[in-house]
Amino acid sequence: MRRALPILVVLAGLLAVIAVAQPNFLAPAALLAFVKRAAPLVILAAGQYFVIVSGEYDLSVGSLVTAEVVVAARLLDGSAEATWPVLALLVVLGLLVGLVNGVVTTLLRVPSFISTLGMLLILSGAIFLWTGGAPRGALPPQFRELGRGSLGPVPWSVLVLVAVAAGAICAMRAGFGHTLIAAGDNDRAAALSGVHVARVRTVAFMVSGLSAAVAAILLGGFAGVSAQVGQGLEFQAITAVVLGGVALGGGRGSVVAAMAGAFTLEALFTLLNLYGVSGALEPAVQGVIIIAAVALGGMSLPRGRAAAAS
Amino acid sequence: MRSTPRRLLASAALAVLTLPAAACTSDRPPPSASAAPAGSGGPRDDRGTGAQSKFFVRADYDAQMAMRRARPSGSPARPWEQSIAPRLVDTTRYKKAPPYHVCFSNAAVDNPWRQVGWKTMQAEAALHEEIGRLTALDAEGKDDKQISDIAELQDKGCDVLIVSPNTTATLTPAVSAACAKVPVIVFDRGVRTDCPVTFIKPIGGYAFGAEAAEFLIGKVPPGGKILALRILPGVDVLETRWSAAKVAFDKSDLDVVGVEFTDGDAARTKSIVSDYIQRHGRIDGVWMDAGATAVAAVEAFEDAGLPVPPINGEDQQDFLKKWNDAKLTAIAPTYPTYQWRTPVIAALKILKGEPVPKAWNLPQPTITQENLATYLKPGMPPLHYALCGCEDLPGYPEKWGGTS
Repeated sequence: MRRALPILVVLAGLLAVIAVAQPNFLAPAALLAFVKRAAPLVILAAGQYFVIVSGEYDLSVGSLVTAEVVVAARLLDGSAEATWPVLALLVVLGLLVGLVNGVVTTLLRVPSFISTLGMLLILSGAIFLWTGGAPRGALPPQFRELGRGSLGPVPWSVLVLVAVAAGAICAMRAGFGHTLIAAGDNDRAAALSGVHVARVRTVAFMVSGLSAAVAAILLGGFAGVSAQVGQGLEFQAITAVVLGGVALGGGRGSVVAAMAGAFTLEALFTLLNLYGVSGALEPAVQGVIIIAAVALGGMSLPRGRAAAAS
Repeated sequence: MRSTPRRLLASAALAVLTLPAAACTSDRPPPSASAAPAGSGGPRDDRGTGAQSKFFVRADYDAQMAMRRARPSGSPARPWEQSIAPRLVDTTRYKKAPPYHVCFSNAAVDNPWRQVGWKTMQAEAALHEEIGRLTALDAEGKDDKQISDIAELQDKGCDVLIVSPNTTATLTPAVSAACAKVPVIVFDRGVRTDCPVTFIKPIGGYAFGAEAAEFLIGKVPPGGKILALRILPGVDVLETRWSAAKVAFDKSDLDVVGVEFTDGDAARTKSIVSDYIQRHGRIDGVWMDAGATAVAAVEAFEDAGLPVPPINGEDQQDFLKKWNDAKLTAIAPTYPTYQWRTPVIAALKILKGEPVPKAWNLPQPTITQENLATYLKPGMPPLHYALCGCEDLPGYPEKWGGTS
């Protein structure tokens, strides 16, 4: 929890600024709406965290989200009967894409930057080929309930988020989390001490694929079919993770901080929107954040070592 | 231990970096009137609509406003053959004996509108046995590809070349070059040369934007809060829609509380509308420059437990169905996909030496409560455009993704 403290402070600050501009923001309903909106990105960031902390990247999650939504719409075509099988299929598809990413990266030794970029292009090309740019079919209300509906006052997506967060925290506290961080910190040392690095990293990619499937179910539910639904999500997720202070290259950072980073990014977007900054600026803001956060992290590292040496 | 202060430093630096950046933008003149919390009390002479688009051309606007009231010639049952105030040009010098080789340089097929249109055009071409071949190249939304496509088609022995330009200015030289070799038909977006034999388009973007804005002005009580949703800035066909709406809103008593860009993304649209509902308590009308995300905007009100205010969409089935099912107060101006039939018809006329209008302005119907039922097509996919004019073509509805 201590490692998540800085980003939680920033998040609290941003929420306070939003509350000043828009006093009713901190009312339970508005706050829940904010959490609901942030939920897909937070879940993606949690998935991305597993990959990044193990020393890799997953650039394919955005187009995976789009593929999942488009596939679901095409298969369901507005009828409710197949909702559960299709939900299960989406989860399997997410895990499968993660498995391929993991195997290509670890066994074929393709750098994950390239393997997952390739997967991004393959998926988006396949979607385009299949739909010709215009997704067909529709998502029935039953499918959309998870992203759109709520249990009493609490949206389903918030409950899903809570479950995912609990699962992620447990996984990181368990032995799996420790081996994952060890693999990301120094894979050779980890391998020598008995960690099956390739297997651990492959599982991390599968977790990321699973998170994309869950995010797709929520996003598709929230707003329906769209061929743009996943656009840019991979970079938002990576930005969120970096913002949470997780080191690119692996080995350092907490999953709570990564998820808090996603909330912070969403809060920042809300704030920019509140001040009338065009949505077109969002990628620019993300770019500044990624570069600034990584640069600041790198800058202070030698200084720390020098201090330790003296 | 050491890493905690470092992260604090990074986060603090980030906060310092981003917060003033957000804050200073509140000084901007409010085109996006989200600055309303700060200055909603002040007098505003532009009704919150911001500066006029640099794409706004008064003469074109006036011409389109006149065309909205004009009666097109030809049979109303076949609007794709009608034209408004046609000035016919002679084409006898292009007369040829069939079979004809018709070529088509298509800007893209990357959105539902173009997909419905392209299917319609193919079906129209298949109707005519004089057409021996239809050769089409898809430029995939790239100017450079379309320029080389047009050059390539000139070597293929086309009898007539149909062009749907990707962008106006960049494609003009390529079209001019083609005009010297083959009769050219341009449709949808224009080019800056009058060398094509005919230029086919519906009335246009100003008429679309004005139709929707005038509907809201008529339905929303004075002082009502309007949210305008646009796809993205800087595209001429969309800028004209908004600029005509701005002209109408500026003359009204309505308060345009926001003009936002949605990127054509449903989730983003829904979030923006939810934000405005939360910020302003209520929104009394929604203006949209395109219908693709209209259902998402409607859902934002439904999910907030509020009645849906007057709104405009387009002729896509998902919106028409929502309109009908939820009993919305709505209107759907259109940019009809039946215009994809017209170039094929024009090609045949030209090659037979029959006169065609130099500027072939097609009627641009509006779907209202009164005629909604005729445009609702159960069995057609949600993104199908009702004004395809394709119902009488062979293969309907299956070829367009529907079921009979």
